Amino acid sequence: MIQSLALARTSEATRESARTPARPSAAPDRPKMRAEALRAHFGKTEVLKGITLPVESTTVTAIIGPSGCGKSTFIRCLNRMHEVVSGARVAGKVLLDLQDIYAPDVDPVRVRRRVGMVFQKPNPFPTMTIRENVLAGLKLNGLRPKDTEELVERALRQVALWDEVKDVLSRSGTSLSGGQQQRLCIARSLALEPEVLLMDEPCSALDPIATARVEELIHELRERYTIVIVTHNMQQAARVADFTAFFYLGELVEYDRTDVIFTRPSEKKTEDYITGRFG
Amino acid sequence: MSTLQKHTDREYEAELETLKEKLLLMGARTEELISQAMRAFAERDADSARLTMRIDRQVDQLELDIDQLCLKILARRQPVASDLRLITTTMKLVTDLERIGDLGVNVCERVIELSAEPPLPATQSVTRIAEAALAMLHDSLDAFVAGNTELAEEVIERDGQVDSYYAQLFPELLQLMMKDSGSVFRATRLQSIAKYLERIADHATNIAEMVVFMVRGKDVRHAFALSRGDG
Repeated sequence: MIQSLALARTSEATRESARTPARPSAAPDRPKMRAEALRAHFGKTEVLKGITLPVESTTVTAIIGPSGCGKSTFIRCLNRMHEVVSGARVAGKVLLDLQDIYAPDVDPVRVRRRVGMVFQKPNPFPTMTIRENVLAGLKLNGLRPKDTEELVERALRQVALWDEVKDVLSRSGTSLSGGQQQRLCIARSLALEPEVLLMDEPCSALDPIATARVEELIHELRERYTIVIVTHNMQQAARVADFTAFFYLGELVEYDRTDVIFTRPSEKKTEDYITGRFG
Repeated sequence: MSTLQKHTDREYEAELETLKEKLLLMGARTEELISQAMRAFAERDADSARLTMRIDRQVDQLELDIDQLCLKILARRQPVASDLRLITTTMKLVTDLERIGDLGVNVCERVIELSAEPPLPATQSVTRIAEAALAMLHDSLDAFVAGNTELAEEVIERDGQVDSYYAQLFPELLQLMMKDSGSVFRATRLQSIAKYLERIADHATNIAEMVVFMVRGKDVRHAFALSRGDG
């Protein structure tokens, strides 16, 4: 029974991969992550209908599409956060360095350490200081690093927040501005030294200056991390992403280099959406 | 391009429509200028040439209006994909149309100079270049309106024909000048007109190449030049 299920899943994956868009020429050989025939449900509703998509190593991949297209669900499947919602199910594969993160022997907590997430609204822990917020992820994972001061400084420097907060590390995380709070949350994710960083609309609650800072940060982080960003702001996708995937009604319509998507997309649906001709 | 839906934002849709209309008007004015200049040339009519030169002011004004509208759309709408290609194509296209207008004015200036002189037999050869160049301009603009890349590619191919007509004219004029030194003034004017027309055909080719880019997103400019071996 298990074998036949596995076989069915493999053949489904093969069928799905046949529909995968051609690999963009600039992409490196092996993706850091790869979704294969990924399906996600909330109860009876299928929100992802067999997505096959690579996430190339140390690049930024943007997921765009109208509300309800499944883009947030997709990235939540990339670190096994979708399944924590009651009634949510996942089928298909998500490979991280060629290993299926949904394989039975894989610990989802460990997956989430390797694949971090930054959310739409800055959400520093309100009762914690700035320092404690940076270390919160480590603490929750039961980790006790030797030199916490060095770790806090490194994480805050990575998000270009150190100079702004180094003298007020004992203040509450919520005392910072919205943009600073979001960078603090990114620092909290980076403290766990993830390999992949998932960002779900990270700038939607920020003003243009704070947005520009986060985008600049994304450019810098790309050197070391693989980033997947969900955004409603298409200009932001055009600015920060190397690759862009367009989702519609739970399906992947098109995936290509960002410059190709925004100058000469292959699919009419992509063209209609990005030029504002939907509806 | 024609199969695309309308923009959800009606004001944006209206701005793009206005842009296309203005561009078509500029194209029509440019064509009018060249064809009237060539009529004045054929009829040796200096007054008509002077009147025709005035059309260039409208062409220049349209260039300014269109550039301004393109800047406004770029700043306010951040166009992408086919809209972006339309705007960038338009910004280049108006430069070509404006240059064609200037060349039309140059033709008129030479017509005024020639109208006081007796005709030369090479006039027919110049008319042949004019007809071919005008047809190229007309078809390149038609290709733009219809998004017709086949017609655009045909226009690009026809540029070689105009170049060849122009090359054939030079020995004809040289012979006239060698036979009769009194014809040098007129022959050099005819040579200039032919050169202006040959340049108009080059600009029409540019327009046609941009139409291919606008519709297919593929830049064919150097591909065609290289395949012809003229770099």
